[in-house]
Amino acid sequence: MPPHEKDAPIRVLIAKPGLDGHDRGAKVVARALRDAGMEVIYAGLRQTPEEIVRAALEEDVDLIGLSILSGAHMALFPKVLQLLKREHAGDIPVFAGGIIPDEDARRLRKAGIRAIFGPGSSLEEIVSTARKLARTAQ
Amino acid sequence: MTGAARLPASARAILDGDRRALARAISEAEDDRPGAAAVARALYPRTGRVPIVGITGPLGVGKSSLINLLVNRLRELDRTVGIIAVDPSSPYTGGSVLGDRIRFERSATDAGVFFRSMASRGEAGGVAAATREAARLMEAAGFDVILVETVGSGQVDIAIRNIATSSVVVLVPHLGDEVQTLKAGLFEIADVFCVNKADLPGADLARRDLRELVGLGGRPGGWSAPVVATSTQPPSGIEELWNAVDAHEQFLDKSGQREVDERRRLSVEIVERVRAEVGRALAERLERDPVLKDLLDRVVARSIDPRTAADRLARPVARGR
Ligand code: B12
Ligand SMILES: Nc1nc2c(ncn2[C@@H]2O[C@H](COP(=O)(O)OP(=O)(O)OP(=O)(O)O)[C@@H](O)[C@H]2O)c(=O)[nH]1
Ligand SMILES: [Mg+2]
Repeated sequence: MPPHEKDAPIRVLIAKPGLDGHDRGAKVVARALRDAGMEVIYAGLRQTPEEIVRAALEEDVDLIGLSILSGAHMALFPKVLQLLKREHAGDIPVFAGGIIPDEDARRLRKAGIRAIFGPGSSLEEIVSTARKLARTAQ
Repeated sequence: MTGAARLPASARAILDGDRRALARAISEAEDDRPGAAAVARALYPRTGRVPIVGITGPLGVGKSSLINLLVNRLRELDRTVGIIAVDPSSPYTGGSVLGDRIRFERSATDAGVFFRSMASRGEAGGVAAATREAARLMEAAGFDVILVETVGSGQVDIAIRNIATSSVVVLVPHLGDEVQTLKAGLFEIADVFCVNKADLPGADLARRDLRELVGLGGRPGGWSAPVVATSTQPPSGIEELWNAVDAHEQFLDKSGQREVDERRRLSVEIVERVRAEVGRALAERLERDPVLKDLLDRVVARSIDPRTAADRLARPVARGR
């Protein structure tokens, strides 16, 4: 591996699909990833799955992080995965967080969300998972 | 010379409008990966023809919000747009939160727009080391206008003038009094002044101060920067802002200033690259190469001074004077 390559920062897109206005968690996670040396593209609130996928492609991210606390995750997360596949970008890993009941989390993981974090999750664990997912994707 | 058959596959894909290839090539340029040089070399002859418009100004004046509306205006004019928005990297961790995209409201289906966020990665001056190459890649991909948003800039952050064909300096009411506008730096690079947040009180005064400043003396070539008042909420003055940029671009062509500017920018680019490469190599060798290490030892021992040591190292290049 050439010398610069391994030093290149991990690029992560953090986005909130749907109409959910709870953005504190997304911001806390964005900040933790920044402090871990990553480049976080913060797309903000009220993104459609189409906008999220477009941003991920244009920004050439190594990882996508989705946050939903409103309960719309079962509709929106799979939609993002589906659009990524359609754009031949199913290789970009997606992880998520928010208020997501265990049963839903199980089904979402099966559908392809690589990791899911609920309230009170440790930021260190989120950071190390992000690193692992981004590195295996490259 | 650059026969289509000899293009690297990734360069070919960019020319064919493959958006993911463009996105990846920008990352390669940012990371200075080995493939980046070949792509840059292959595409360079096809660049240098579109306006690269710098949008600069202090933190929070509304650069991203203006870009969002300028993009809409340019799309009305049927021109495609590439956007590069630079935000700072942390000097401590190297990390960054790139937040300019929040203001970008373009429909996800419009292929005539490409938005890329970019971290400054330790580069001073308001842009990143890869910003210039990213702009060229976007041009090669077929975008008609490139907009570059700088880091929220201070007085000395004027590196955008080494990239942009037109620089818009964005200010807001109540940033300071008349004397502030006389200070050197940012104000001197404006091809267009934009007083944004004109919905707030004080915009008229700011505009008058700037007009007086412009009246004190023009920039080389006879261009005198117009002062445009804008607001993004509710939107006003956006057409005028683009018209002012367009007028500057036309002036560049009519006056012959475009060639003069481009030659200066490219000279700066070459010098910057040499400085970076030589600097990196030299820094390593000062600790490893016995001859250079000895030179450093003598400076540390104060038997020669840093200036003399540097002269000695630079002599092979400087001798050409
Ligand atoms: C603060 C809060 C608000 C604030 C939000 C402020 C803001 N800007 O974020 C305000 C007061 C505005 C608000 C409003 C509402 N809220 Co509220 N709110 C909360 C509350 C109390 C805490 C949320 C929070 O900020 N936590 C702190 C952050 C740091 O934690 P977090 O978001 O969970 O994030 C952590 C993890 O989930 C994970 N994570 C989160 N995102 C991501 C993303 C990735 C990529 C990763 C890896 C990890 C990750 O990591 C974080 C760190 O551990 C929760 C209850 C709760 N205990 O969660 C209710 C709650 C989310 N709200 C709720 C409701 C119903 C509402 C309202 C509809 C209330 C109403 N009837 O008006 C409105 C709707 C607002 C809107 N526009 O969407 C419900 C949602 C119910 C549901 N899902 O079925 C909850 C669960 C309360 C409840 N028990 O009923 N709310
Ligand atoms: N009143 C008023 N507020 C505005 C206007 N334009 C932008 N803003 C607000 O100013 C704030 C900053 O806007 P941005 O567009 O993010 O500014 P910026 O210059 O890109 O900011 P940085 O990239 O962080 O330097 C936001 O809260 C905007 O809503 C305007 O014309 N009038
Ligand atoms: Mg901005």
